[in-house]
Amino acid sequence: MAGAKKKKPKSAKSGKQSGAKQSASRASLETYYREMLTIRRFEEKAGQMYGMGLIGGFCHLYIGQEAVVTGIQHALEPGDTVITSYRCHAHMLAAGVDAKAVMAELSGRAGGVSKGKGGSMHMFTPEGGFYGGHGIVGAQAPLGAGLGFAHKYRGNDRVSVTYFGDGAANQGQVFEAFNMAALWKLPVIFVIENNQYAMGTSVARSTAVQELCQRGEAFGIPGNQADGMDVLAVHAAAKDAVAMCRTGDGPALLEMMTYRYRGHSMSDPAKYRSREEVSKMRQERDPIENVRRMLVAAGHADDDALKDVDREVKAEINDAAEYAQNSLEPDSAEMHTDILVTA
Amino acid sequence: MVELTVREALRDAMAEEMRADDDVFLIGEEVAEYQGAYKVSQGLLEEFGARRVIDTPITEAGFAGIGVGAAMAGLKPIVEFMTFNFAMQAIDHIINSAAKTNYMSGGLINVPIVFRGPNGAASRVAAQHSQCYAAWYAHVPGLKVVAPFSAGDAKGLLKSAIRDPNPVIFLENELLYGQSFEIPEGADHTVPIGSASVARSGGDVTIVTFSIMVGKALAAAETLAGEGIDAEVIDLRSIRPLDQDSIIASVEKTNRLITVEEGWPTAGVGAEISAMIMQRAFDHLDAPVLRVSGADVPMPYAANLESQALPQADEIAEAARTLCRSD
Repeated sequence: MAGAKKKKPKSAKSGKQSGAKQSASRASLETYYREMLTIRRFEEKAGQMYGMGLIGGFCHLYIGQEAVVTGIQHALEPGDTVITSYRCHAHMLAAGVDAKAVMAELSGRAGGVSKGKGGSMHMFTPEGGFYGGHGIVGAQAPLGAGLGFAHKYRGNDRVSVTYFGDGAANQGQVFEAFNMAALWKLPVIFVIENNQYAMGTSVARSTAVQELCQRGEAFGIPGNQADGMDVLAVHAAAKDAVAMCRTGDGPALLEMMTYRYRGHSMSDPAKYRSREEVSKMRQERDPIENVRRMLVAAGHADDDALKDVDREVKAEINDAAEYAQNSLEPDSAEMHTDILVTA
Repeated sequence: MVELTVREALRDAMAEEMRADDDVFLIGEEVAEYQGAYKVSQGLLEEFGARRVIDTPITEAGFAGIGVGAAMAGLKPIVEFMTFNFAMQAIDHIINSAAKTNYMSGGLINVPIVFRGPNGAASRVAAQHSQCYAAWYAHVPGLKVVAPFSAGDAKGLLKSAIRDPNPVIFLENELLYGQSFEIPEGADHTVPIGSASVARSGGDVTIVTFSIMVGKALAAAETLAGEGIDAEVIDLRSIRPLDQDSIIASVEKTNRLITVEEGWPTAGVGAEISAMIMQRAFDHLDAPVLRVSGADVPMPYAANLESQALPQADEIAEAARTLCRSD
């Protein structure tokens, strides 16, 4: 994992890595497997459709990082809120949005969740507690703190999960958000999805102190690092952080050590890292393979049963792609709607 | 009617809306314990407590973003900038996060938020503290932009802005805070956004302006009246949406138009109005539209140069004479 993960944290108070091997029930493992596989197949299909010219603009795939959003989402409850960057397809699926509506949005169709007006980077489902989908790197950090502010203002015990990447971690407004979240004890879990590269710039080349889980220390925000390729480790770390924030002891910071297999976006050939680095990660650390092995080892599933799941997921994603392609482009009158809300 | 300063009117508007709706809160630098850097939020902390009147650190991008996030969740924040000059630190959240989200989400998430604070030149605070942002924000679809002159409009528009389900930029003026006006009594007084008013009726030339320049235009109109030129002064009150019909109705009457703004001329509010009038009322013009604006320079510090850089009543009156002589 590009070396960074194995570094010993310098502080005993903060920056600890969730150590113990986690276990999970058969039902949980099956759910994780299916959901992560759905994200992967969705993203693979999106990549194909991009190549065919059916999806335009920027398209940032989540392949390799599936365990992070999956493990965290299962630590949340209805009413909790989630926000992230432009790499948001998986977060939409995790929030319960039909793959059809997400794929149609990527394709710029009227059947998309944002009626085709937001695209790959700007998708939302307030019903599912997901507030986007934001294209400006780091801007979601104060926005997510604001969602947490609203929970506290209303006196409920809901929490805000605010995702950003290792690149955004260097934006000034992230520290502004940390400061106010800590000052006001907001129920915000800042999740750094450290996939090692901010576009083409590695953490080593961009960051003076590479243990991003320590970034909250100056604000008294406890940090925890977890193996973001292991959905059980992610889930365990998230559960702790959520419990802390729910009882008024927020904010918390989680650094998820993960890896994206594809380029930053579809237009990035990723020449800043070796082919070996990527294939080593895929072979040794793949989050979906991990769970597949667990299911088989525990006797919960055999190859046939898993192939059935694969087939079902594939069919769901093919349906989504078909739906997207058959959905009409937005009506031209739609250009002028939704600019302002009329009271 | 009751006489109030603009400062008191703004405070009353916030207090009344906060009494009526628990979702409304005020957040910004020095708004609570200090009672507002310009004492606009006087008494609010005492009445509403620290939950709803919130002092922030000096962190404009951060607290603007927190405000927008809270608004996405359905609260109705009033975000005070100590001046709009400092809001440039936060302009990404105002435009990218607040103005565009309703559109980008296909109407799923709206952002009911007010960004308010003093705008434009104050007195001898030089280039970085003396800029008018009316044209900047008026450029952006998804925002509403208001800039009142009188205390009554300040109160009525701020109440409308707080109730509005969209992001509203509320441009105040430091030099107007202490000015007194007669205003209607009671909590029901609101002024609709997007509606101009006739500050002075006249038949010879139309002067369209907003905020502190309304006072300068009225002074110019007084001078002109003594010379037999009867000027009409339109107080835009809102820059976006722009009340085009009121401007056109006036031009149809006077056939001459002057725009006055404190901001820079290039791509300014006056430029927008000129283009609009060309397209919609060209045949009613007896003379070219004239723009009176701030000088196309960063604001100088020296008293004489500052005064020279800002539109003055004399300059407005001279523009009117030029237009009225041209036929």
